[in-house]
Amino acid sequence: MLSHIRPALASMGLFTALLGLGYPLAVTGIAQVAFPAQANGSLLRDAKGTVVGSALIGQPFAKAEYLHPRPSAAGTGYDASASSGSNMGPLNEALATRVKTDADALRVENPGAVIPADAVTTSGSGLDPDISPAYARFQAPRVARARGLPLAQVEAVIDRNVQGQLLGFIGQPRVNVLAVNRALDARFPKGG
Amino acid sequence: MNWQGWAEIALTLGLAVAIGWPLGSYMSRVWNGERTWLDPVLRPVEALFYAACGVDPKKSQTWFGYAGALLAFNLVGFVLVYAVLRLQGVLPLNPQGFAGLSGHLSFNTAVSFVTNTNWQSYAGETTMSTLSQMLVLTVQNFVSAATGATIAAALARAFIANRGEGVGNFWADLVRTTLYVLLPLSFVLAVVLVLLGMPQTLAAGVTAHTLEGADQKISLYAVASQEAIKMLGINGGGIFNANSAHPFENPTPLTNLITAVSIDVLGWAAFFAFGRSVLAKKDIRALVVAATILLSAGAGIVYVTETQAAPALVAAHVDASVNMEGKEVRLGAPATAAWVAMTTGASNGSVNGMHSSLMPLGGGMAMFLMHLGEILPGGIGSGIAIMVVMAVLSVFVAGLMVGRTPEYLGKKIEAREVQLAILAVLAIPVATLGFSAIAAILPAALKGLMHSGPHGLSEILYAYTSATANNGSAFAGLTANAPWWDATLGVAMAMGRFMPIVAVLAMAGSLAAKPKLAPSTGTLPTHGGLFIGLLIGVILILGGLQFFPALALGPIVEHFQVLGAVAQAH
Repeated sequence: MLSHIRPALASMGLFTALLGLGYPLAVTGIAQVAFPAQANGSLLRDAKGTVVGSALIGQPFAKAEYLHPRPSAAGTGYDASASSGSNMGPLNEALATRVKTDADALRVENPGAVIPADAVTTSGSGLDPDISPAYARFQAPRVARARGLPLAQVEAVIDRNVQGQLLGFIGQPRVNVLAVNRALDARFPKGG
Repeated sequence: MNWQGWAEIALTLGLAVAIGWPLGSYMSRVWNGERTWLDPVLRPVEALFYAACGVDPKKSQTWFGYAGALLAFNLVGFVLVYAVLRLQGVLPLNPQGFAGLSGHLSFNTAVSFVTNTNWQSYAGETTMSTLSQMLVLTVQNFVSAATGATIAAALARAFIANRGEGVGNFWADLVRTTLYVLLPLSFVLAVVLVLLGMPQTLAAGVTAHTLEGADQKISLYAVASQEAIKMLGINGGGIFNANSAHPFENPTPLTNLITAVSIDVLGWAAFFAFGRSVLAKKDIRALVVAATILLSAGAGIVYVTETQAAPALVAAHVDASVNMEGKEVRLGAPATAAWVAMTTGASNGSVNGMHSSLMPLGGGMAMFLMHLGEILPGGIGSGIAIMVVMAVLSVFVAGLMVGRTPEYLGKKIEAREVQLAILAVLAIPVATLGFSAIAAILPAALKGLMHSGPHGLSEILYAYTSATANNGSAFAGLTANAPWWDATLGVAMAMGRFMPIVAVLAMAGSLAAKPKLAPSTGTLPTHGGLFIGLLIGVILILGGLQFFPALALGPIVEHFQVLGAVAQAH
C-alpha cells in the first residue's frame, strides 16, 4: 500500500491543477471571448442598461397587466439564488390544498375556461421561465382588461412569442413570460 | 401521450447507443495503449504524469496491486475533498463568502464525489464556493469516472489473458482514460453548452431589477465546464440545487437532448470498448441489447405514469393530462421520462424534474432501475463490469440446468468466480435494505422525512438505493444534511462502490490465471436471443425479487391510494 502513496499524491496534484484549474479556466476564457452573452447568464437590460432579469430565469409577476408565471417553490418564489421544486408527492395534502386554492382563484379570473396543469403546479427548479401557450392564452383576457386593450392585440403578442417544438417533436411548446411582458410594455407603454 | 413524445424518447435513447458505438472503439484503443489521433498533444502530458508518479505504465499489476493502487488513489482524493470543504471559508475564489462545511456534510460529500455517486445533501448555490465547485468537485467528476473505467479495462485483460498474471496498470488506465477520453470530450461539450445558453463565469451572480420593481439575485457559476463532465462522467452532481431542471443547467430542449444523451454515451462506449478489447464484439452486443430492452421499457413506463391523472389536479378540476408538478414546461413528460430512466439506469443521478413528485410508479421505476445494479448502462466501465458479472451468473444458471461446466468469453466459470460475482452484486441489497430497515424505526432518521406513510418509506428507500447504487438522485423532500443521514449514506456509498470493485478485480485476477479456451460444441452461445432472454431473467430476479417487498410497501401501495383518490375526486 505504501508504494502506492507517492503516485496517488502526485497524480492527484497534477489532476487538480489540470482539471480543477486549467480546464474550467480555459473554458471560461473561451466562453467569455466567444459567447459573452450566454456565459454571463443571458441577461436582459432595459434602455438605461439596467439588468431587468435573465432570459432563462423566471421572475415573479403579480400585477394584472402582466402574464403570470407558474407557482414557484424556489425560496419565497422565483428566488434565483435558491432553486428548488416542491418535492411534494402526488398525495401530499398541502399540494392538494395549494392546487385547489390556485385553481379557484384562476376560475374567478376566467370562468368556464379549462385551467392548464402548469398554471397550478410548481416546476422542478422553481425558476421555470416558461408557461404553456394554453396558460398564456388563459391569461390574455385579464391582461387585456388591465391594459384596456382589445383581446386580439394581447393574443397577437402571445402568439408571436410561442416557441414550438424542436423539429416538431423535441421539447414542448412554450411561452417565455418575461419576453411577453417586455413586449407588452414596449408595444403598449403604460398610460398610453 | 402522443407520437412526438414517443419519438423524443426513442431518439434520446437511440442516439446514446449510436454515438457510444464508435466512441467505444476509441476507448478500447486508449485502454490498449494503441495510437490515437490525440497522441501528439497528449503523449507529453501523459509522460509527465508517469514521471511525477514514478511508475512504469507498461508494468502490469496483479489484481491485488491494481486494487491497492485504486484504493490508495481514492483515499487521497477523499482526504483532499474533505479538507477543502472544511476549509472553504478561508480559501480563495470564494466570491459568495460561504463558510466551511460541517464535519458530517464534508464527509458525506467527499465520499459522494470520490465514489462517483454525487449525492448532494446540500444545495449548491447556498453552500459551495466557486473554488470548491472547480477544485474538488469537478476534479472528482473526472477521476471518479476514470476509476470506474479502469475496472472494465482490467476485467477485459483478464478475459483475453492465457494463464496470465497481470490485469494491467492502474495508473496508466486512470491517466489515459482521463486525458484521452474524458478531458477532450468534456472540453468540446462545455463550449457547445455555453453556446446554447449555459453560463460560464467566475462571478458569483448579479442582481436584476425586475419589471415589477423587485430585486432578484441570480446566482452564477462556471456552470458549463462542470455540467459537461457531470453528464459525460455519469456523475450527476449539479451546480445548483435543482440540478438539470434549473434553466442554467438545462436551458432548452436541445441542451436537454444533448445532455441526456451525454449521460449514457460513455457508459455504452465502455460496453463496446470491452467487446473490442476482449475480441468478442457479438457477445457484448448481446449485453447492449438486453440493457437497451430494459432501459426502454423503463422509460416507456415512466412516460405512461406521468401522463396518468394526478389526484390533486383531478380534485381541483384542472387539466390532468400530464403530472406537471416538479416538471419544467420546456421539457414536459417525455423529456422528463427519458431522463428519469437514463439517469437511474446509468449511475448518473442528475434530475431534470423532481423525482419525489413523480407518480408513485414513476418514482418506483426510478428505484427499480437502480436496484438492477446500475448496468443500463451504469457508470463508465463499472456498468459493463457488473453486466459481465450478470452474464457470468447467467451462464452459471444455464450450466446448472444442463449439467455442464459454464464458460464465458473463453474462460471457465467455477466456484470462485461465482462467489465473487455474488459478492459484487450483494452490496446493493445489503446496504439498501439494511440501512432502510434501521432508518424506518429510528426517530433521528425519521425527523428528516417530508412525508409520512408510503411516500415517506419511499424517501428512505430511495435515499439508500441511490447512495448504494452510486446514483445520487433523490426524493429530495428528505432533509439529508443531518448527522445520521450524512454518516450512513456515506457508508452506504462506500460499500456500494468498493465492494463490487474489489470483487470484480479479484474475479479478474482469477480469470486471468485460467487458460483461454476455444469454443466447443458444448459451449452455450452467449450472443443469441436465448441468452439475451436468460440474462434479462437473471437481472430481473436478482434486482427485482429482492426489492419487491420493500417496493410493495412504498410506491405500489401509494399507487393504489392514488387510484382511490382519483376515483373519489371524479
